[in-house]
Amino acid sequence: MNMTSSAFRIDGEFTIYRAAELAVALKAALADVPAGGAFEVDLSEVTEMDSAGVQLLLAAKRSSEESGRALRVAGLSPAAAEVFDILRLATHFGEAH
Amino acid sequence: MANHIDLDQVLHTFILEARELLEDMEAALLRVADEADPRESINAIFRAAHTIKGSSGLFGLDAVVTFTHVVESVLDRVRDGAVALDEALVALMLASGDYIGRLVDAVERGEPQADPKTEPEGAALLGRLRTYLAGEPAPAASVAASGASGGGPARWHLSLRFGPDVLRNGMDPLSFIRYLATLGEIEHIVTLPDAVPGLDTLDPEGCCLGFEIAFLTGADRAAIENVFEFVIDDCELRIVPPGSQVAKYIELIRSLPEQRNRLGDILVRCGSVTAYELETALELQAAGASTQKIGAILAEQGKVAPQVVEAALAKQKQVKETRSTESQSVRVDADKLDRLINLVGELIIAAAGANLVARRTRNVELMERNSTLADLVEEVRDSALQLRMVKIGGTFARFKRVVHDVARELGKDIELAVNGEDTELDKTVVEKIGDPLMHLVRNAMDHGIDPPELRAARGKPATGTVSLNAFHDSGSIVIQVSDDGGGLNREKILAKGVERGLVEPGRVMTDAEVYALIFEPGFSTAEQVTNLSGRGVGMDVVKRNITALRGSVAIASEAGRGTTVTVRLPLTLAIINGFQVAVGKAVFVVPMDMVDECVEFAAEPGHDYTDLRGQVLPFIRLRDLFDMAAEPPNAEYRGHPPGGSGPAPERPGAAAAGTSRAARQNIVVVKHAGQKFGLVVDALMGEAQTVIKPLSRMFAQVRGISGSSILGSGDVALILDVPLLMQEAQEGRSQAARQAESPAASQ
Repeated sequence: MNMTSSAFRIDGEFTIYRAAELAVALKAALADVPAGGAFEVDLSEVTEMDSAGVQLLLAAKRSSEESGRALRVAGLSPAAAEVFDILRLATHFGEAH
Repeated sequence: MANHIDLDQVLHTFILEARELLEDMEAALLRVADEADPRESINAIFRAAHTIKGSSGLFGLDAVVTFTHVVESVLDRVRDGAVALDEALVALMLASGDYIGRLVDAVERGEPQADPKTEPEGAALLGRLRTYLAGEPAPAASVAASGASGGGPARWHLSLRFGPDVLRNGMDPLSFIRYLATLGEIEHIVTLPDAVPGLDTLDPEGCCLGFEIAFLTGADRAAIENVFEFVIDDCELRIVPPGSQVAKYIELIRSLPEQRNRLGDILVRCGSVTAYELETALELQAAGASTQKIGAILAEQGKVAPQVVEAALAKQKQVKETRSTESQSVRVDADKLDRLINLVGELIIAAAGANLVARRTRNVELMERNSTLADLVEEVRDSALQLRMVKIGGTFARFKRVVHDVARELGKDIELAVNGEDTELDKTVVEKIGDPLMHLVRNAMDHGIDPPELRAARGKPATGTVSLNAFHDSGSIVIQVSDDGGGLNREKILAKGVERGLVEPGRVMTDAEVYALIFEPGFSTAEQVTNLSGRGVGMDVVKRNITALRGSVAIASEAGRGTTVTVRLPLTLAIINGFQVAVGKAVFVVPMDMVDECVEFAAEPGHDYTDLRGQVLPFIRLRDLFDMAAEPPNAEYRGHPPGGSGPAPERPGAAAAGTSRAARQNIVVVKHAGQKFGLVVDALMGEAQTVIKPLSRMFAQVRGISGSSILGSGDVALILDVPLLMQEAQEGRSQAARQAESPAASQ
């Protein structure tokens, strides 16, 4: 599965407090991903994640798909994994299930 | 950053509210036993626990949620009548409330939360609480019944669409779902990305999330709705109850914004309907075979919706109404009030200074204006002080709990009677009077009220009574703590006093003087030490605390009938109406409320008392008391220092060599605690507002002075401690009386 990819790592809080900042950063990172490539978002360093984070991720996925790219979640910190588990997000982000 | 501050504020509000709710819960628990119909109180207890659980769920305070959840479940069984709220359960609930309070305290201190399941105290309480849940239809996994409908868990379907402002309002949909999970099991959840746009158009702080949830629970609809109580204005929640017809789901699909096919798909994925059921139903409708059926569905919608809407509106209205009564009062930081009162104090001093200058200039217009200003300043002072006035009822209410707990501890049946809860006093006084009162109440219960057998023998009702009474009396608030117990043992106290060298043997003492001995440091009769009152705080500390508030304490007792401790405190610690008097060049202030009248100085030759319309009026010469150098202007002066222990300093010469150019001396008659005495002064200067400034610690040992004040001229005036002076006046008199009786004793 590893084609042209560029992992975008989110460190620390993935929450409402940083939502605006991270939205800009995600957009910029996505723009660097070549068409047809995979936009990898690495959540392995996320210390805290809330609904705003979930929503950003969903938006990034939509943007990726609309521009002919794929979004993959590359790693999950325990905090992020817990949120993925509660909301059963794995179905959206193609983690092997 | 701003968001963080907001969150802190919200958390702070939560902490305040949780404490208030715990207080409500405690009050309801304490009154429930006395009520003929306790349902209202039980509901209040339940609501308090429920709301605390709900709001702590929002903040992710899992320890509070876990613990409160069990408390709530027990209360729910009480509400259903399955468990009786007997004395033992009330005690357990009180202890549980305390424990929740400690968890909340820990939250406030920002400490990590102990898990009540493993932490010993929490675990013990949980264990005891669970005994009341025995026999409950065994809940599956984490499913416990909140507002249980009695049946086992059933499958509900929840359709959630959060409004755009949810995140901005500090709510996190995720928290609600986590909290929902405490009520049962989330069997399936589908997070709907449909309304989430791409990054280009997304408002990162807006919310466009939706969820479809298949939820397995034994809770009822109200309990599920309650989960979303805090967000309900900003969220669309549709609930399809268990066992609903497929039509209900179709109805749901029609009402939701997403595409029908997709929703149908989601519902099937949630396991709420089977694909077959849905297909059949949709086909039926599509076939047009049932235009009537659609009509029926619509009609049903029309029928159901208004009720639901009505209920929702009623609820919303209720919430708004409670909010509007709340908003009639404003929470103000006590520090801000203190600052205001300090400023008002400065204003008074400044106004007095201006007034002084105005009078000196003899400009009539300026003086008039100044007088108007002075009136206004006085009103501002009164209103400012009024802001800090609180009812003493809140303090009294705390004692209900104390009496309840201590009575159990002592194995006595004791009731608390409360009077005058509406009496107001300064918040700063209230805060400081709690501990001394607590000690007095404990004392009354421990030593005052006799054991049940003795009460029966004396023909008293088995239930002992401790009463708290409060009222206003000449500028003071009077708080009485009484019991209907055996009264103080005069002989024993006197004997102990002699043994400890506090009293000379054979001295004649009034009852009040004997009883006052128990306020002496280290005084305790052998019987008095029990584990309860012997907690290191003696009555001397009580007295010291009260005296520090410029108050006084007295005791009255009747053998076999009971004891009453009377505490008098000034209404405020900040600003008083003062009566200024002068001795030599020094100015003293007597609190105006205590000034009864002023009379011309006259004394019985050689004595420190005068004849006030046929009554003996003892007096104190301030000049002597404070050892002031200037000669008194009155030839009749006789040095006769009042009171105090130790040898009286003689002032030879002063007495004999009277100066004849005598300005007239005056006696200010002051009244305190129902008694009168006089203060001999050189001049009366009149009434003035007095801002009390505490004396620096250096002067803390000075007797007879309770504070200082700055005059308009910038000079310092000392405020007289009338209760203490009165004590000295009386001691002086009894000493004089004793000297007259047995001259040999004092030589």
